[in-house]
Amino acid sequence: MHFLPTEDQLELQRGVREVLASVFPLEKLPDGFDQSAWDSIVETGVFAIRTDLGLGLAEAALAFEELGRVCIPGPFVATFITAGFADGPVTFLDPARQPLLVPYLENSQAILILGEQPVLAPASEVVGSTALTEPLDPLSPLHELPSVPSGTAVGAAAEQLKHEGALLTAAIQVGIAARLTELAVSYAKTREQFDRPIGAFQAVKHICSDMLVRTELARASLHSAAVILDDLANGEMAVLDPGRAVSGAKLLADEAATGNGRSCVQVYGGMGFTWEVPVHFFLKRAWLHATEFGTADEHAEDLAAAL
Amino acid sequence: MDLRDSAAESAFREQLRDWLAATLPTVGPEPAHTDWPGRREYDTAWQRLLFDAGYAGINWPKEYGGRGATPTEHLIFLEETERAGAPYVGVNFVGLLHAGPTIVTEGTPQQRGAHLPKILTGEEIWCQGFSEPGSGSDLASMRTRAARDGDHYVVNGHKIWTSHAEVADYCELLVRTDPDAPKHKGISWLMMPMDAPGLTVRPLTTALGSAEFSEVFLDDVRIPVANRVGDENDGWRVTMVTLSFERGTAWVDQIVDSIRLIGELAEIAKKVTSRDATAWDDRGLRREIGHLAAEFDGLWAMTKRGVTEAGTGVPGPTASVLKLRYTEARQRLMELGARVLGRASLSRADIAGLPASEWTKERINSLSYTIAAGTSQIQRNIIGERLLGLPKER
Ligand SMILES: Cc1cc2nc3c(=O)[nH]c(=O)nc-3n(C[C@H](O)[C@H](O)[C@H](O)COP(=O)(O)OP(=O)(O)OC[C@H]3O[C@@H](n4cnc5c(N)ncnc54)[C@H](O)[C@@H]3O)c2cc1C
Repeated sequence: MHFLPTEDQLELQRGVREVLASVFPLEKLPDGFDQSAWDSIVETGVFAIRTDLGLGLAEAALAFEELGRVCIPGPFVATFITAGFADGPVTFLDPARQPLLVPYLENSQAILILGEQPVLAPASEVVGSTALTEPLDPLSPLHELPSVPSGTAVGAAAEQLKHEGALLTAAIQVGIAARLTELAVSYAKTREQFDRPIGAFQAVKHICSDMLVRTELARASLHSAAVILDDLANGEMAVLDPGRAVSGAKLLADEAATGNGRSCVQVYGGMGFTWEVPVHFFLKRAWLHATEFGTADEHAEDLAAAL
Repeated sequence: MDLRDSAAESAFREQLRDWLAATLPTVGPEPAHTDWPGRREYDTAWQRLLFDAGYAGINWPKEYGGRGATPTEHLIFLEETERAGAPYVGVNFVGLLHAGPTIVTEGTPQQRGAHLPKILTGEEIWCQGFSEPGSGSDLASMRTRAARDGDHYVVNGHKIWTSHAEVADYCELLVRTDPDAPKHKGISWLMMPMDAPGLTVRPLTTALGSAEFSEVFLDDVRIPVANRVGDENDGWRVTMVTLSFERGTAWVDQIVDSIRLIGELAEIAKKVTSRDATAWDDRGLRREIGHLAAEFDGLWAMTKRGVTEAGTGVPGPTASVLKLRYTEARQRLMELGARVLGRASLSRADIAGLPASEWTKERINSLSYTIAAGTSQIQRNIIGERLLGLPKER
């Protein structure tokens, strides 16, 4: 057992982080989806981690944490999990969830429709969709579809795609949670009231500590689930039921991201409620992801059923 | 990142499992909580069995009689003994996990020779005399005074919450040797024989109704200077050094146990009826149980992370984070258990075919987890200040 990222894994993560820092700094965040940033990310090989680099979800999770850290919008998860059989960008639709909403439709080539029998539909052939005029996350456009489009069957099992989707969404959430902790802590060190940095007050300090705790618990769960799915894919014995591992990771990651979002707003005070300070973008993204690939409630129920 | 046993680790696990399967049936039933001589006997007999099989001081260096196992093997040891339902470390706790390791790292050859072998065999039981009535979270403010008189210290003061004091042979005692120095700089670490004249132990009854800890009154107790471990006035550092010995394994048995209890809770919920259905038919309750399962699975993953960090010598954020989150989750588990048990939770003995005894006692006992060994508030301070670098309050 060696449950820490290897040097190679850390290097891959650092590589992604560096590219993102240059192509998508926080200042670009308010502009939303950025095609050239997307192209740069494709170039880093993030989507080819498994298909071309022969690596696994452990590496993918580390890379996806970085996508969350910068809050970059885009259909990353579905593009990754369909990389073996579809050209990206690929977005996804959960046909069991009303209203039928698809993110980033206009930026995508295809929609992965994740029903019992997963199918792929070309984005250009979707008819009758309407763009939401006021999506919760202003940087993630959503389209409402009148009905579930038909498509061609894909060669991957629904369960596997759902597990992978939940895992990578959890990775983004962990990245969001981690970045929100950094933002809150650095603000708490510099903002002064009553003649001292607000981070010296326990009421603020303990909010920050809890943010770290939520993040680290979710991260440990995430990495564990990633390794377990990889073990399964490699025909190895997994140390925990994969469904249980993934549900735990998604649930804790959703809580970390949304909980830290609220906490971060609180630490920033009035500034946290402004459009200008980017905290709200992170929180709104976290709220979006919390509805994707199973909600925390659903995962909690699945976990209980697996006991 | 790898969660599977290496070949050596799995061989270690197999061997341990075989030994446990052969040995546990020979271990008698646990004595009553109130039977202190019986408990000492039971815990030390188990320690002797471990010693004879080469499992004593699993994480201690070989040259001091330990097994010199890796942190991962230490984790496997704790995991497997817990799963097999083996006795706990019990009264051997302070000797094996605290005083012993302190003597290993800071003791003289003579001190090591005198104590380490007996700690490993279970012949010598230790307790920890750190806290005082006026010094709990602010431990360094302690006032128990040790004045030099020739080759002895004369000690006067009052310790409290000293677990297992009644059965201990020795106490790791923190005393103030320089009252004029800044508070962290005037403390020394002494080995105090518990039969020293002038020493009085007064048991305190816990909320559980048993006497787990005591007050210890020290009235002109003479302790040889040769019993000091580390330099005079360097006791604070000596104490801190030991903490690293745990290597992320402090909560292994309890986390493994919690995962078992979650499964048990699901079974109880399927039996218990509430209004017109079983408790398990309640989706909200199932979600709460599932939620706790996620937390304990996560805490287990985090434990593995901490153990790996310990093995690489790179200190990570794990220890305080784990303590804080685990102890709070354990309390919520016990509260949920009580809700599922309903009025059966009003009994400390099994009732109505339900395992009320374990749940009800642990519901009470778990109240102490967020207090002992650094309260949750202190953990949050540590995380904020040491891990996140936030400014101190004072
Ligand atoms: C079951 C059990 C076994 C124990 N065994 C031993 C033992 O064997 N040997 C030994 O030496 N000690 C032992 N202890 C003592 C334990 O270490 C102390 O209880 C603990 O450190 C807290 O100290 P206190 O009880 O004096 O509480 P206090 O320090 O008085 O704390 C009271 C409350 O104030 C809060 N508080 C204090 N300071 C701060 C601060 N700076 N910021 C925010 N909040 C603060 C605390 O969090 C707590 O909520 C044991 C305790 C228990 C419960």
